[in-house]
Amino acid sequence: MRVSLAWLNEWVETGWDAATLCRRLTMGGIEVESIEPAAAAFTGVMVGEVLSVERHPDADKLTVCQVAGGGAQALQIVCGAPNVRAGMKAPLALEGATLPGGLVIRRANLRGVESAGMLCSGRELGLSEDQDGLLELPAQLATGAPFREALKLDDSILTLNVTPNRGDVLSMIGVAREVAAIADRKLTPPHIEPVTAVHHAKFAVRLEAPAGCPRFAGRIIKSLDPKARTPLWMSERLRRAGLRPISPIVDVTNYVMLEFGQPMHAYDLRRLSSHIEVRKARPGERLTLLDGREIAIDTDTLVIADAVGPVGLAGIMGGEKSGIAADTADVFLEVAFFAPDAIAGRARRYGMLTDASQRFERGVDPRQQERALERATRLLMDIAGGQPGPAVLTQVETQQPKRPSVTLRPERVASLLGVQVPRSDLEDILRRLGMQVAGAGDMLGVIPPSHRFDIAIEQDLIEEIGRIHGYDEIPRKDAKVLQRPQPATEQRVSRERLMLLLADRGYQEAITYSFVDARTQRLLFPGRETLALANPISAELGEMRVSLWPGLIEVLRGNLRRQQERVRLFEVGTRFEMKGGKLAESQVIAGLITGPALPEQWGADKRGADFYDLKSDVEALFGLTGRGGAISYIAAPHECLHPGRSAAVMAGDTPLGWLGQLHPETSRKLEIRDPPWLFELAIDPSFRSEVPVFSDISRFPAIRRDLAVVIDEATTLDELKKAVNLAAKGLLRELHVFDVYRGAGVEAGRKSVALGLILQETSRTLTDVEADTVIAAVVALVKGDLKAAIRG
Amino acid sequence: MKDLDSLIKRTLEQIASSSDLAALDAVRVGVLGKKGSITEQLKLLGQLPAGERRAAGAAINEAKDRISAALDLRRAGLEDEAVGRDLAAGNIDVTLPGRGERTGGLHPVTRTRFRIEAIFRQAGFSVAEGPEVEDDFYNFEALNIPADHPARAMHDTFYFGDGRLLRTHTSPVQIRAMQKDGVPIRVIAPGPVYRRDSDVTHSPMFHQVEGLVIDEDISLANLKGMLAGFAEQFFEKPRGMRFRPSYFPFTEPSAEVDIQCVFCDGAGCRLCKQTGWLEILGCGMVHPNVLRACGVDPERWQGYAFGMGIERLAMLRYSVNDLRLFFENDLRFLAQFNRG
Ligand SMILES: [Zn+2]
Repeated sequence: MRVSLAWLNEWVETGWDAATLCRRLTMGGIEVESIEPAAAAFTGVMVGEVLSVERHPDADKLTVCQVAGGGAQALQIVCGAPNVRAGMKAPLALEGATLPGGLVIRRANLRGVESAGMLCSGRELGLSEDQDGLLELPAQLATGAPFREALKLDDSILTLNVTPNRGDVLSMIGVAREVAAIADRKLTPPHIEPVTAVHHAKFAVRLEAPAGCPRFAGRIIKSLDPKARTPLWMSERLRRAGLRPISPIVDVTNYVMLEFGQPMHAYDLRRLSSHIEVRKARPGERLTLLDGREIAIDTDTLVIADAVGPVGLAGIMGGEKSGIAADTADVFLEVAFFAPDAIAGRARRYGMLTDASQRFERGVDPRQQERALERATRLLMDIAGGQPGPAVLTQVETQQPKRPSVTLRPERVASLLGVQVPRSDLEDILRRLGMQVAGAGDMLGVIPPSHRFDIAIEQDLIEEIGRIHGYDEIPRKDAKVLQRPQPATEQRVSRERLMLLLADRGYQEAITYSFVDARTQRLLFPGRETLALANPISAELGEMRVSLWPGLIEVLRGNLRRQQERVRLFEVGTRFEMKGGKLAESQVIAGLITGPALPEQWGADKRGADFYDLKSDVEALFGLTGRGGAISYIAAPHECLHPGRSAAVMAGDTPLGWLGQLHPETSRKLEIRDPPWLFELAIDPSFRSEVPVFSDISRFPAIRRDLAVVIDEATTLDELKKAVNLAAKGLLRELHVFDVYRGAGVEAGRKSVALGLILQETSRTLTDVEADTVIAAVVALVKGDLKAAIRG
Repeated sequence: MKDLDSLIKRTLEQIASSSDLAALDAVRVGVLGKKGSITEQLKLLGQLPAGERRAAGAAINEAKDRISAALDLRRAGLEDEAVGRDLAAGNIDVTLPGRGERTGGLHPVTRTRFRIEAIFRQAGFSVAEGPEVEDDFYNFEALNIPADHPARAMHDTFYFGDGRLLRTHTSPVQIRAMQKDGVPIRVIAPGPVYRRDSDVTHSPMFHQVEGLVIDEDISLANLKGMLAGFAEQFFEKPRGMRFRPSYFPFTEPSAEVDIQCVFCDGAGCRLCKQTGWLEILGCGMVHPNVLRACGVDPERWQGYAFGMGIERLAMLRYSVNDLRLFFENDLRFLAQFNRG
């Protein structure tokens, strides 16, 4: 909300400068977001009076004016505004004046006629959007007076961030009440004298949904002057509050709303039929709103209707049909109280946020309708004449909002705030906030004022006391701590450890959105059931990821576009898998590598990263669990991986995840030249860890024997290892693969796998003869079972 | 004995002409090894007549000693030569870079999250996590935000059309933690949260850490103490801090916490809108309705809750000037956080 400081000062006088006021308001809970000058900077502008207007001899659209206000003598000014006329007052920028935007006014010659300055529009001074002509000033302004002073433009606008519980602050009276309470000053609102009715015309009002609308003040005003214009002082105040002046009737209702936070509505009396009823909408009812939109109204929405049908959404927006027109002279004014829960959420549902709905859903003072009606009538009559009828208050006594007494225990104040507020201060603060305090001792009864909708429980009162007493007065205190050690498990590898391991192995962590482009996801995981957002922010962020791969691939694409050649990424996050309509969220760790296996460097051959580079990182992760040997990698097809270069990762029968190369066809569709290598592992089943248990280290020497075994391409290392293990009968400590060779000397379709076998006995020294025997057994077995040959 | 003399002579010549340690070792094995010529002669001693044995033995041992001494000397000489050659081999270029992989790093949001977690862990908090797809009860109702509450406008929510939604804060985790573990409790809940809002200063997904402390005697003063301590550790510098009254449906009283602007030290700049203050978190005393929703008696138990945005803290800590950088995952950006 925007508040003019000069206006506020009329309601409450604090003697504080703007900075102090802002700080005190902010620290009192009404955050001042910004403070700006009410008008852009300009100098050298006076109140000018146009004495005469003549046609320019050489230009149709220009006039030559004699203008008073720029010193003892009238100045000759050439003007292009269509509304210039003799006798009007308008801003006069003198020679040397600087206008907003830095324009400096100079003496000029316009088509042969001298001009000593410029008459200004509101737009040229940054005061309005109006481009049509000069800003017409009220006749009572003194000719020659400095314009800024005459309009009190040296004002500041505070932008307040009012929290949703404080509807009562969305008005001058509300802000002034806060300032008065904080500063402990008196409030000086404008004096309001009821107007005297000059005729008896009334308009019947029926409250058919009294819980939602228990009070409705109305009045007919006839014969308003449709040609009347909103006075400058009022349009200036509206402008400073961020509202656009429209017409006297609309402007007055807005002005009173700014003053009292009381939204009101003016109907064109000609367009109302028979009576007004406030009721819930009936099924199928529709309404064209003031903004021209036609909506279907839900039956839980309160409407204002006449005999024909709805004429407005109660407390939200009026209808187009009964709105004020250019020739409206007779109006019916509505000043009602609508209960917050009858309004809350409705405007948003229709895609609107209006000044009225914002206030009603937060709570409007239910005791001020008559006062606001009198204020509006008086202002309208001052501006546009008119004949007021009697003010009529329709209300349902049993449905009036109540303010039950709230119990306050002073010891709870100290307990919750952690500071002892002296009893007298405590009661004084409540009184300053308009609360009635009854009782004594350790139990007080507090009745909040009618404008406060947010005081229902003891804690609400304690917050009031805390904020007016000052949060700054609350000390910083240590609490008694829970003496309870935190879990420090060794039975699973922490996520942090997994992440640091990959980081130390050259990976950068990425964080991507949990929602991804449905098209990309479908390309990668065709036929998967997914969870789609009902209201995504865009189609590219339309459904929940079933894997981290779509996000990582997107990050890869971005970095490839930025000329990165070598990419190593990982991410830890949640994937959202759907099975038969049931959602399973699981934490996964995923990675992607592409480009050279090593950063560009000397002394290492440049080769592209492949399956085994990725697998070594995956193995390193499992190495942290102590169960690396129990993990198997099984060649298996995956929907988005190269069918010959993908492996399912398993622990026994439990699937843990996948690694492999992105399918080349998918890669091509995603415009990635070299298909990257990917892995993804579910964290929970994968990284349960075993607590290390010490076992004896053999003190006896080991014997190493190397063996080059030629086997079929289709034979896996796992099969070879199994055979070696079987034949070695428990003497095999370690087995290394130190070469895999294909080519000269090895027939096509076969490969030579060079094994290093470390043999050892735990209780004695193994002899060469025993080692030879083991190797012979190994050779015999692989020759028999795997059709292997032994190389040289 | 003539044999022995010539053996000594020949061996000494071989030793002298051995040009490396391997050749020298071959000589040693040939003479003194298991099947070496001296060893063989010692083995044959027993076949000599008893009277000769002694003298022959002495001669062989003397020969063995002489050869051993010559071997040792030559070995020392060869080793000296090897060291000399190694030293003379020339210098390497120590400015060439080292080989191998270079280290990567954690995302700055994770880095910040881990620091926040570490600070609160040391203060006795445990860390809890929960689902990201939530329902209305946990995300709103249990937190005292009924349907149509104006505060729902502050939480622009992603829905799935069946009542489920993406959590707009990590507060639901606190509700679940209280339901599961009861009170007293001291827990933080970090993780991603979602709001349907995307522009220069809003990301539809971001990260929060929320904290909850419930006990029999916890006050706003304790909350101030804890958060002031946190900010001091996080920024590694005592910073001006202020608590402003504010409003959240799930706390009463509520506050927003500002720290002295880290860019201008409170003098006022564009980034703090000239106020000298930067908002870093929201907090307050847990609303009794929230405690009741978790089956906790608000007459006996009370405490505080707070919530902070990790991206915001990361931006302040590392002077990151654009929120969107965190989700672009540009390697040149990410690599800037690899130290430490
Ligand atoms: Zn600053």
